[in-house]
Amino acid sequence: MRVRPAPAPIPVDGAERIVIRSDRDILLARQRGRDLGRSIGFVATDLTLIATAISELARNIVLYAREGVIELCVVTEDSRRGLVVVARDHGPGIADINRAMQDGYSTSGGLGLGLPGVKRLMDGFEIQSRSGHGTTVQIAKWIRA
Amino acid sequence: MDVPILKQGPFLIATVQSALTDADLAGMRRLLIEQVGKFRSRGVIVDVTAVDVMDSYACRTLRDISHIAGLRGASTVIVGIHPELAFTMVQLGLSLEGVATALDLEEGLAYLNARTRPTAVRGSAPRNNAGPPRAGTHPRGRR
Repeated sequence: MRVRPAPAPIPVDGAERIVIRSDRDILLARQRGRDLGRSIGFVATDLTLIATAISELARNIVLYAREGVIELCVVTEDSRRGLVVVARDHGPGIADINRAMQDGYSTSGGLGLGLPGVKRLMDGFEIQSRSGHGTTVQIAKWIRA
Repeated sequence: MDVPILKQGPFLIATVQSALTDADLAGMRRLLIEQVGKFRSRGVIVDVTAVDVMDSYACRTLRDISHIAGLRGASTVIVGIHPELAFTMVQLGLSLEGVATALDLEEGLAYLNARTRPTAVRGSAPRNNAGPPRAGTHPRGRR
């Protein structure tokens, strides 16, 4: 499975890319996210929010697409710094994004995609998905001044 | 990474000591449920003080443990959910509905002691007990 490089919407200071294939990779991705976040000055509560959001997105990759990548980028916009996380897969995609963004929606029996929850944890949330072509979720958290 | 499970009298105490993979969480669930039968345990404490992330899967595993152990006659209490974790769970919309929680191990033990006492009281109480009716049914530590 080939993964195309991400278009960088905002200036990137540092980037990391973690291939997600198993539950061990979920752990690795959220630990890397936490480490990177800590290194640029996020407080403990925000680090937990970021790590949890990464965990949910990485698990969606394992559950629905089986393979994908998580990219972590330190970004600067105007005078603020933050962390952008991109979760990308070439899995089945989401047929109805509006429904997937409703609380409680799930296609895997009881366990939701968790996307509305992830959106609440972060400051920025964008999702692109095409049925049969995969899903890209981009989330951002800014360091509180 | 396996979660150590300590047998403490009629209770089992599982102490999560590091970040767990989904497979580790499932392993802990299997082992706890096995040991409830093996040791005829009346209560289970899962100490999550060292847990750094409580996502939907971890939450569901804890709910499963509580419900399955309940079906086998053991009460479960989750202890040590630290403030950041609690805050994140609320934001994410995760709940441990129907699962008992307590601040720490001490409170968790108090909860289980209170909760598992009523049966013993019923079993040993004289028939025409003139004292306060079923004193043991309102456990102190109950949340």
